Amino acid sequence: MSHRRILFCAGTGCISSGALKTRDALVSELEKRGIRDQYEVVLSGCHGFCEQGPLLIVHPEDTFYCGVQPEDMAELIDEYLLNGRVVERLLYKDPVTGERTSDHMKIGFYAKQKRLVLHNCGVIDPENINEYIGTKGYEALKAALKMERTAIIDEVKRSGLRGRGGAGFPTGMKWEFTFKTPGDKKYIVCNADEGDPGAFMDRSVLEGDPHAVLEGMIIAGYAIGADEGYVYVRAEYPLAVKRLRIAITQAEEFGFLGSNIMGTGFNFKINIKEGAGAFVCGEETALLASIEGERGMPRPRPPFPAISGLWGKPTCLNNVETFANIPLIIREGADSFASVGTERSKGTKIFALTGKINNTGLAEVPMGMTMREIIFDIGGGIRDGKQFKAVQIGGPSGGCLPAELLDLPIDYDSLTQAGAMMGSGGLVVMDENTCMVDLARYFLTFTQNESCGKCTPCREGTKRMLEALERITEGKGESGDIPMLEELANSIKDSSLCGLGQTAPNPILSTLRYFRHEYEEHILEGKCSAGVCRNLVTYHIDAEKCTGCRACTRVCPVEAITGDKKQPHEINIQVCIKCGACMEKCKFDAVILK
Amino acid sequence: MKEALKCYTEDPFDYGPVDSVLAKYKDQKGATIPILQAVQDEYGYLPYQALERIAKVLKVPFSRIFGVATFFAQFHLQPRGENIIRVCLGTACHVRGGAKIVEKLQEILQLDVGGTTADRKFTLESVACIGACGLAPVMMINNDTFGRLTTQKLAGIIENYGKETE
Repeated sequence: MSHRRILFCAGTGCISSGALKTRDALVSELEKRGIRDQYEVVLSGCHGFCEQGPLLIVHPEDTFYCGVQPEDMAELIDEYLLNGRVVERLLYKDPVTGERTSDHMKIGFYAKQKRLVLHNCGVIDPENINEYIGTKGYEALKAALKMERTAIIDEVKRSGLRGRGGAGFPTGMKWEFTFKTPGDKKYIVCNADEGDPGAFMDRSVLEGDPHAVLEGMIIAGYAIGADEGYVYVRAEYPLAVKRLRIAITQAEEFGFLGSNIMGTGFNFKINIKEGAGAFVCGEETALLASIEGERGMPRPRPPFPAISGLWGKPTCLNNVETFANIPLIIREGADSFASVGTERSKGTKIFALTGKINNTGLAEVPMGMTMREIIFDIGGGIRDGKQFKAVQIGGPSGGCLPAELLDLPIDYDSLTQAGAMMGSGGLVVMDENTCMVDLARYFLTFTQNESCGKCTPCREGTKRMLEALERITEGKGESGDIPMLEELANSIKDSSLCGLGQTAPNPILSTLRYFRHEYEEHILEGKCSAGVCRNLVTYHIDAEKCTGCRACTRVCPVEAITGDKKQPHEINIQVCIKCGACMEKCKFDAVILK
Repeated sequence: MKEALKCYTEDPFDYGPVDSVLAKYKDQKGATIPILQAVQDEYGYLPYQALERIAKVLKVPFSRIFGVATFFAQFHLQPRGENIIRVCLGTACHVRGGAKIVEKLQEILQLDVGGTTADRKFTLESVACIGACGLAPVMMINNDTFGRLTTQKLAGIIENYGKETE
């Protein structure tokens, strides 16, 4: 009897869309029909297409269903599983052509991706090591253990892999430094403190393919001569922590972790440390302080962790996605890895597509792809047919790029040149209704909050910049504010102790560079054309569109809206508190901002 | 000094849970954060007395423990509500209207962010990102995630957790 395999995406996105309830419904419907044993129902890691969740894929034929609800399961079984008739209404529908397809590789979102690091995510059961081994898992470790240590490091260097956590430092060089530092005890640390708002690729890799990260860490440990590793993971990611724990236990049972790994005499153990919620702990020295049980505050470098890291020992610290690339490089070879990407940025990068975009989710693409391809081909363009305004890349450390730069091929260097940075790879897309000054204010609120307070430029400087931005968004901006912001931003960039402070001004500098007119409009004209800054807009009713349904008058908390039934209403702007309740309630888009 | 720190204190205090956590961790290197996490799991927050006990057993100054406990967002020195509502204010949620969600919740619960209702049923918090950006705007209540929120949906969701709305 042929077993069929039904894969449910059980990433955090799909779980919050109700994937587990749908899975339970499927299982109980199968049981009702007495055919439960003919189907293997698997919870996999993230498929990436969070927008369409919950998702399920039926193997071997690879039929892709999306938006599956518990009540759909009976039909799915009776029509499709038992009778081979595809349930059309649950197939993906192309938002442009309206066509439905059962082959997810034909969907724009997947077709242009190159899923190398994510090749297991959404395909295997992350809680079962045998499935990882079944897709060439731990083969790279076997090969590495037969190699000279320097040969492994050379291979990583030759691959051109650069740190995926943000700054893009060459991974092989980091390994070499740590390897060359003398010491009887060395550590490997995996940075899984993914604190950038708008980025969730590390979470998805940990949830969907935890063994790949472990395998990368074990290889790194062997190469640099470390016998202990830490994964520093956010406590806000309970599912990732759980799957990591299971993976570690299984790897130990199979002899890939622990003492005398695969009979080679190499010992390596991995501990999990749960972060306690501090963005600055993504900075390597702050992260190490936090593992040591101290406040997560950075310290000046040098000495770099490769020389003096965890408890003063040489420590090699890489990001989740970086480690997940390692098995691939060792297994397929540096040349194969380096054949993808641009001259100075090799391989692929996972981006988290969010914001005002049609297809939110995770996409892995070759370095060098243009922003346009990512946003419009993979991301499906802007929601509700609105106009693209900017894309924010790299989180609070990154910058906003305007439409003119849509054809910029993305790699570490091109982004830095454009005033943004790769960061962890969060792409937040903004449309005409996003105010860039408000966005800069938003990021500054975040970095100001997360500034650890150790160095003055960051602690005081971010506060002063935030005050200026708040003034501007409240309509109290002064003409001297722009030059003042520029001067402050540049000096904070130059003089802060760690990456947090050095990059905190980027959102301001990049919006000033590309959207200066919006600042000027706020300050000089007292206007916010995006209609975001509350003090600078007034609500009005478009008499042409208003049907006089009275829905808005009922929700207005201050009774600012008047008008007779079936007659166009009016808003008394003297009374209006600009809460926006009427705008949300109106079905006819008759409430407008001026 | 206790009053100046505005720590919540209970009298008499049950040292049992903190002592058993300490017994488990006290010989581990760098265990301050796991200890605080475990103690918070036991009491629901970090009582002043427990912090004092941790400092004493680990033989470090109280200020060090207090410093760590106040540094990280995860730790709470005040008792929290039965249900913890965490609204995501990450970038993706921000551009899709997360601020309006917070405002509406504040209105429903009559609370400021960080506050707890008088009946200790709800605590309202904001969080920088919970990594479910695809479903923005999002909030979590305890361990359940709610995505694609609108201000209209909120009252119904909260009601399921025992909030009576008129």
